Amino acid sequence: MHTPTDIKTSWPDAIYGHFRRVGVRQVGYVPDAGHSRLIELCQADNSIADVVLTTEEEGVGLVAGAALGGQRAALLMQSSGVGNCINMFSLLRNCGFGCVGLITMRGEFGEFNPWQVPMGTITEDVLKLAGFLTYRIDDADAVDDIVGAGCDMAFDGNLQVAILLSQRLIGRKQWTR
Amino acid sequence: MLDRRELVRQLLIDRGDLLVVSGLGSATYDVAAAGDHPLNFYLWGAMGGTAMIGLGLALAQPERRVAVLTGDGDMLMGLGSLATIGVKQPKNLAIVVLDNAHYGETGMQASHTKAGIDLVAVALACRFKHARAISRIEEATEVRKLLHAGEGPILVSARISEEDVPRVLPLRDGHAIKQRFIDALNGA
Repeated sequence: MHTPTDIKTSWPDAIYGHFRRVGVRQVGYVPDAGHSRLIELCQADNSIADVVLTTEEEGVGLVAGAALGGQRAALLMQSSGVGNCINMFSLLRNCGFGCVGLITMRGEFGEFNPWQVPMGTITEDVLKLAGFLTYRIDDADAVDDIVGAGCDMAFDGNLQVAILLSQRLIGRKQWTR
Repeated sequence: MLDRRELVRQLLIDRGDLLVVSGLGSATYDVAAAGDHPLNFYLWGAMGGTAMIGLGLALAQPERRVAVLTGDGDMLMGLGSLATIGVKQPKNLAIVVLDNAHYGETGMQASHTKAGIDLVAVALACRFKHARAISRIEEATEVRKLLHAGEGPILVSARISEEDVPRVLPLRDGHAIKQRFIDALNGA
């Protein structure tokens, strides 16, 4: 049995605080160790519909549907999930649906699993090509500021914003037997 | 086998404030042919995403009814979304799959449903409250009632004829389709 450890827990609270501030009402996610605390905070909040997805691209449709119905939605995913979404991202850009994506990075700093590296190293470029504004965070102290600005740009301007939470921020994934 | 245009026309008669999301290709043309409406969100792409747009909308507007009309190809591409919808159990969401067992936009190649893959059985396995197949136009009245008042999530697989019908092309500008929908929903 492998168990992820060494996940810091302070910055997810700052992200959640901005979800509350800007009125995020739906959150789509595929279960992820890096996002585990943020997912738990959203699940515990009755004003937020937490939607567990079978694949990240479903979340893109969710964001569009939520916006049609007057609600703001956020996506939580790993860098690998970005690759699953590429064609579906055209929905956001083509219709101008505001979206904020919080991307936990794999395949970079201290990655023990080489299978994560090919997608992890192209994630930010892929997002840019798909029309996203991207902001990368390496330092926990910057989370509050950047996530706040990203949420405002996404929802006030109907822009697509991706915030990359680096593997250095999240903490190297350590595996124990 | 059902005439797709006649079926969709009957499903959307006296639609009231029903919210409609249509999947790319023939489903979008069928919904447009039944009468353009600001509460139609027409997809021209994003294949596989139609049902999830319906879910996001249904969660955001729990007092309204949401109908997703799409083809078998789009539904097959988003098969996992049936499991996701099954987890959330939206009471106000119904999906009608216009199933001709072929990919109409690309030259009528056979789809998985042609080989007997059963979307109704998948929906039931995904804990949909109601799922059924229809093949007679007399059943349209009952399905229309389901769209307006049935407890969701609901999936209806409508066995439609393979016959090609003229394209009816609605708005294509995604921003315009979105904004018109939002304005109509807000009563602007």
